[in-house]
Amino acid sequence: MMLRTAAARLASTPAATRAFASASAAPAGVSFVLSETQREFQELARKFAAEEIIPKAAHHDRTGEFPKEIIKKAWELGLVNIHIPEAYGGLGLGVFDGALISEELAFGCTGVQTAIEANGLAQAPVILAGNDAQKKKYLGRMTEEPLMASYGVTEPGAGSDVAGLKTRAVKKGDKYVINGGKQWITSAGHANWFFVLARTAEDPKTPAGKAFTGFIVDADSPGITLGRKEINMGQRASDTRAVTFEDVVVPAENVLGKEGEGFKIAMGAFDITRPLVAAAAVGLARRCLHEAATYATQRKTMGTAIINHQAVSFMLADMAMGIEASRLLVWRSAEMRDRGERNTYYASAAKCMAADVANKCAADAVQVFGGAGFNTEYPVEKLYRDAKIFQIYEGTSQIQRVILSKFIADQYKA
Amino acid sequence: MSSKIRVLVGVKRVIDYNVKIAVRADKSWVETANVKHSVNPFDEIAIEEAVRAKEAGHVAEVVAVSAGPPKAQETLRTALAMGADRAIHIEIPDGAEKTLEPLAVAKLLKKVAENEKVDLIVLGKQAIDDDANQTGQMLAGLLNWPQGTFASKLDILTADKSLAVTREIDGGLQTVSAALPAVVTADLRLNVPRFASLPNIMKAKKKPLAKTTPADLGVDIAPRIEIIKVEEPPKRQGGGRVADVDELISKLRTEAKVI
Repeated sequence: MMLRTAAARLASTPAATRAFASASAAPAGVSFVLSETQREFQELARKFAAEEIIPKAAHHDRTGEFPKEIIKKAWELGLVNIHIPEAYGGLGLGVFDGALISEELAFGCTGVQTAIEANGLAQAPVILAGNDAQKKKYLGRMTEEPLMASYGVTEPGAGSDVAGLKTRAVKKGDKYVINGGKQWITSAGHANWFFVLARTAEDPKTPAGKAFTGFIVDADSPGITLGRKEINMGQRASDTRAVTFEDVVVPAENVLGKEGEGFKIAMGAFDITRPLVAAAAVGLARRCLHEAATYATQRKTMGTAIINHQAVSFMLADMAMGIEASRLLVWRSAEMRDRGERNTYYASAAKCMAADVANKCAADAVQVFGGAGFNTEYPVEKLYRDAKIFQIYEGTSQIQRVILSKFIADQYKA
Repeated sequence: MSSKIRVLVGVKRVIDYNVKIAVRADKSWVETANVKHSVNPFDEIAIEEAVRAKEAGHVAEVVAVSAGPPKAQETLRTALAMGADRAIHIEIPDGAEKTLEPLAVAKLLKKVAENEKVDLIVLGKQAIDDDANQTGQMLAGLLNWPQGTFASKLDILTADKSLAVTREIDGGLQTVSAALPAVVTADLRLNVPRFASLPNIMKAKKKPLAKTTPADLGVDIAPRIEIIKVEEPPKRQGGGRVADVDELISKLRTEAKVI
């Protein structure tokens, strides 16, 4: 009896497909080939990164200056806000197309790419749960002008522990009053509006799935105070700040979905944004390989180019394997989502693996450059500093493992 | 009220300028398999100029044309994404592009120009693979149209039905006036081509792309030139020190054999 059950488990399809496959039919066979349009999108983003991002990335990294001009140009080309539905002036592109673009922009600079991606993160809850009026008002404006938006969930006391959020929203008539503080909010210094997750349940015992509400908050609302731009290890072009809410009044019409649904909405957004952040990590990892391989072909030691020393070339080979594997996880998690299938398992795997791969590639890239790798005249020390955050934001590598563990435990429940 | 003109733009699919060219082992040609190709850079400038002229109100329609293998379609998609209205693909078999010569292309373009009743043809000054710099000139000759080659500035004077073309020549800049219909070839400084935006890439999919063949156009594209061998240039030799000018002259004469 036990043997048969175990055998049945071994024969079963991967956890996610078995547990969460939706009714939508799988396409005929698998393909890893991009369509012509996808290649054109990728080509545009690649060219943009080469001509507009790479030449200026070091400057924005050194000064921390917000890459306003670059973002404006990207916006003019339609590279920003790609997920906004066509009804609101967007292109209505899916996660897969977004992943192609994110990887290319990130190859140029993940600081710039994060600033662009943050719009998508803020917009995701609105696209998922907003009503027509909210979408018209807050998504429509993003396609009319190059505006920024921020996703405000994290607090000084609650990062991974989202259920521990302390920011409160109290209903007063047809308005809510928000009090609390958020931390590490990307693009806060330039946002036109925020997605804010706040606790609406009075009872401390209310489960997380019912205790929070998602709000759209105009950045010019009285009572919002922005902290200074944080000086971070890497992705310095991106703007991160603390945001304080003191009796900030938000109309009830700005509630996303219903009161109490905020946690689900905020988490649902991750199924879209984790593959995209993972794609950016792949872009950074690819840049590491590019820089390291270029250097290794030119630098000579012991009478030959260092790429001919296996100690060096094996590092490049490991980078290549990590990049190919993490990209495929990104592609899979993105394609599933676009087809309407629940992708949480794959999105977590992609995000975790791509982040870990990016950090290894960055560390090895510095190593390949040797002493020069430690120096700011060479491009890899920036990549090393930029890589670390991928293991932290959008769900830490530890949280991703918690998510995967839960899926596995559920599948193998006795 | 001046009427708008019709413009034909020629585009060629070439190996991307960033690619390090490798010669095939059998010395028959360069390696093209799995090598990145793109629109000839001077042709991108030509497309950009035509699209700008349309945006300025001088042009009724921009038609992009390419004579090339099936994949040349991609370059036409780029032209459409940059703002061309229609595209025509003169398809030749895969690999035949190696022996498609400027005179043959000029003959094909002549036919298309006549069919499309265009007033202005804009080409890149040369392709970066063969560096021939002949097609525009030959085309103008075949059509018996005036030509403004190496253009760094183009003014379309629709009221006069003429062009003012500033040309980059060895001595500097020369401006010529040409009555329409005319042929112009684009040089590097004519403009900086735009990126095709994402929305325009998507719109390009719906723009018409017609296919035809040299046979349909009644043009014989058989090559007049036979490629015997393709080789890499000789590897750079190291330099050397010379004691004085006499030794330098002697070495230039006997070793380098350049004087």
